[in-house]
Amino acid sequence: MELENLRFGTELLKRGFAKMQKGGVIMDVTTPDQAIIAEEAGAVAVMALHAVPADIRKMGGVARMADPAVIESIIEAVTIPVMAKARIGHFVEAQILEALGVDMVDESEVLTPADEFHIEKTKFAIPFVCGARNLGEACRRIKEGAAMIRTKGEAGTGDVSQAVLHMRMILGQIRSLKGMDDLELMAAAREIEADVEIVKECARMQRLPVVNFAAGGVATPADAALMMQLGADGVFVGSGIFKSENPQAMAVAIVEAVHNYDDAALLARVSKGLGAAMKGLDAATIPEAESLQTRGW
Amino acid sequence: MGSDRQVTRIGVLALQGDVSEHVLALQRAAVAATMEVEVVEVRKPGQIENCQALALPGGESTTIRRQLDNSGLAEELKAAAHSGKPILATCAGLVLVSKEIEGAGRVKPLGLMDIKVGRNAFGPQKESFEADLAVKGLDSPYRAVFIRAPAIVGVGGNVEVLARVGGAVVAARQKNLLALAFHPELTEDSRIHQIFLKMLEA
Repeated sequence: MELENLRFGTELLKRGFAKMQKGGVIMDVTTPDQAIIAEEAGAVAVMALHAVPADIRKMGGVARMADPAVIESIIEAVTIPVMAKARIGHFVEAQILEALGVDMVDESEVLTPADEFHIEKTKFAIPFVCGARNLGEACRRIKEGAAMIRTKGEAGTGDVSQAVLHMRMILGQIRSLKGMDDLELMAAAREIEADVEIVKECARMQRLPVVNFAAGGVATPADAALMMQLGADGVFVGSGIFKSENPQAMAVAIVEAVHNYDDAALLARVSKGLGAAMKGLDAATIPEAESLQTRGW
Repeated sequence: MGSDRQVTRIGVLALQGDVSEHVLALQRAAVAATMEVEVVEVRKPGQIENCQALALPGGESTTIRRQLDNSGLAEELKAAAHSGKPILATCAGLVLVSKEIEGAGRVKPLGLMDIKVGRNAFGPQKESFEADLAVKGLDSPYRAVFIRAPAIVGVGGNVEVLARVGGAVVAARQKNLLALAFHPELTEDSRIHQIFLKMLEA
């Protein structure tokens, strides 16, 4: 192309990609067939992985990036964006995903962390989404180059309580910055171990400077609408769709619920007759060592 | 309301995508053009008829198309286009207003504009780019942001080409329809949105 000042992989392009996902549902898939079900249901993107979080939890062992052959077959199968997970700190898995043509990397606590440091995401041309439990974690990930944040929740449980906790925490901490002067913002940033310029941006915008999705335990249309009403820009659904009795119907219903999150009559209609949601696991009964949300800092 | 002064109301289709960015960009452009404009988000049937112009944001075209059908807004949108209301269609919006889409039929086009579109024409996200673009009607280059962008691969005789990248058309106009493969709502430069606002005077 003979274009002037052609640039790839800029922050504007990365954050812009995340903005195009707003108001949408991103679904975990493990096969091309599941990816097609997700696309037909109206998902804005799919997340390719080797097993959904509920199964990863059950299987134990080391959880890694999915087989590149599976990721490629999913990219082939759909026209919507394809995301894939890399282990926290495993920048070579991320390099491989970029080379495969994946549109966004999820540096995910659902996989077994490879490093105490997270990936230096500014070095990549493709955007990253990262999990966070609070504003400090969110700001640290943004400083490292994350173009999108999602709550960690507690993946693979079908228990939405932890996603609610994390969304309330992040948004509440941003509200508490309102009206602070620069000195107070510096102190607040130091307190949560965050970059002061990003904290100032949060204070001024009264939101994160990047798109902020809900994730980790969303299992029903009502869960998805709950997260939207609490202020999420969109929703990731992991095990909630393909661990339910009727994935097709559940996928369509969750998309409808996200688009019409403030319409209770419509939510009632789309929630009818979906069959059983995923069985799930009460997040409060999970021993500390098996909790996924405590991975990363 | 209450006052008899006519305020121009522009609706941003708010089913999915970068809606708030379009709302802000239109508000900025209106200030720059010293126009009195109210920008509203359109989600439900009945809202489009109260708007004098519409913007279709970027997002996922397969998703937005599904919701257009589910919400009953597809027919209202077609009627607005046929009645001559100015429509700004960016990225996913461009795909939706087209007459024909290349490849497997995952998205059913609305058939409003005499163009053939290739979805995701430049490759995956790592091939997304920004560049200075020569746009017909602007006297200096426009910094354009292309994100998994579509391209116009065929145009009818009544379509005016406004910008190209290589052989592909990335901005075009047909009467009241202005379609762009890039995202003017993501940058501060409001000249493209001002071109759109001028279409309201026509």
